[in-house]
Amino acid sequence: MNFSWFLPNLGLLLQGLECTILLIAVSGTLGIVLAIGVALGRMSRSRVVSSTFGLYTSVIRGTPLLVQIYILYYGLGSAFAALPWLRWGPLWPYLRNGFWYVALTLVLSNAAYWGELIRSGMRAIPPGELEAASAFGMGRILTLRRIWLPRTLRNLLPALAGETVMLMKATALASTVAVTDLLGAADIVRAQTFHVYEPLLLVAIVYLLLTYGIESVYGRVERGKVLRPGR
Amino acid sequence: MLPKLVEVDGLRKSFGPVEVLKGVSLTARQGDVLALIGGSGSGKSTLLRCLNLLEMPNGGRLVVNGEEVAIRHDRHNRPMLADRRQLARIRSGVGMVFQSFNLWPHLTVLQNVMEAPIHVMGEKRAEATEHAMSLLERVGLTEKRDVYPGFLSGGQQQRVAIARALAIRPRLLLFDEPTSALDPELVGEVLKVIRGLADEGRTMILVTHEMRFARDVASHVCFLRGGVIEEEGPPRELFSNPQTAACRQFIGTHLAH
Repeated sequence: MNFSWFLPNLGLLLQGLECTILLIAVSGTLGIVLAIGVALGRMSRSRVVSSTFGLYTSVIRGTPLLVQIYILYYGLGSAFAALPWLRWGPLWPYLRNGFWYVALTLVLSNAAYWGELIRSGMRAIPPGELEAASAFGMGRILTLRRIWLPRTLRNLLPALAGETVMLMKATALASTVAVTDLLGAADIVRAQTFHVYEPLLLVAIVYLLLTYGIESVYGRVERGKVLRPGR
Repeated sequence: MLPKLVEVDGLRKSFGPVEVLKGVSLTARQGDVLALIGGSGSGKSTLLRCLNLLEMPNGGRLVVNGEEVAIRHDRHNRPMLADRRQLARIRSGVGMVFQSFNLWPHLTVLQNVMEAPIHVMGEKRAEATEHAMSLLERVGLTEKRDVYPGFLSGGQQQRVAIARALAIRPRLLLFDEPTSALDPELVGEVLKVIRGLADEGRTMILVTHEMRFARDVASHVCFLRGGVIEEEGPPRELFSNPQTAACRQFIGTHLAH
């Protein structure tokens, strides 16, 4: 086994790592915000609203992530390129960068998967706790912000830890649309140095370490503010 | 005569096709302790829940804390408030204690008590803390201030719930079977707190199965059956000399054990 390629390419690999972490952070944060919206939309009393969000969830969950990335990147990307005001406008450096297409796809995907998770978590909160909030004069938004969501998200921490790890692994698909994420960086190294095997081994270990990092962050949050088991 | 805090006249409430309250009337003046008794399904809990609008009555007149509740019906004939701002006003003057405590498990005891004063009434944190601590002292739970509800016994949880209800400085207190979810040996500590509140002249309406407690503490007892108040009066009269056969039987079985 030969790791002579490692030091000369360290900068590139770190860049890739940074890109992967950024993808997780951006699509995780925006994803959860949107997922709360999807959960609320699915629970809406309006049939039109709830079935619209239901359709959204089915479409996103019913198509492969890679297909979605391709559709957004090649479809949307080439549609944008056909619009002169975009093609020659100030946003073009971003619009031609695969990173934002992958981030957008992951946000939309997380919103659908996590939305259903959050919805089931919200429905599992005993109605009496929400009724108490309402009896003490808390309106719907205040109840949601102070009682319902904090309770739900804390209950869901173990599940969300798993979902975040899944998200991390999904970010590797970014390398398919020329984004230099961790795997993308490794691919470049492999192509340039003809060491086809060792760089893969390295990124596998880094992904494993990232997983460990994600799980320990969630574990800390959980231990710090964990809901003690009820009697 | 002390002012009337609660006036209910011909109150009706249906759940779908089932009419649970079929025209109930009662009055509570300041300092009254009303006990609502009756079998399950008699409508006593629904009546209590109408008083802070957890249930919206379908018809009849309802005055709470001197404010008449204005109800209108939407196009599906469902009852709703004519003025939604009334909801906050009514509820901020009514403290409620539930059968299953319904404390918020992600907040500590102190946070549970301070939640509504800070986030609903807009009290300052320092002021709310001081008030909450004095309330915890009165229910004997100061040393549990930083504990989560899951660590408390049922009796302790219910005492926290009482402190939480007192924290909004309510003019009226509602108790919905406050001891029914408790182990028998824990009932006493909760009743003691409620009795203390009655002694200091608080206006309270409670749904209870504790007949002895109702007899000793209530100023007025209403026996509900089939969605109406079948019999009512001062506890001494109602318990020693019930007029209707149903009330006589109910009291007989419940006072016996």
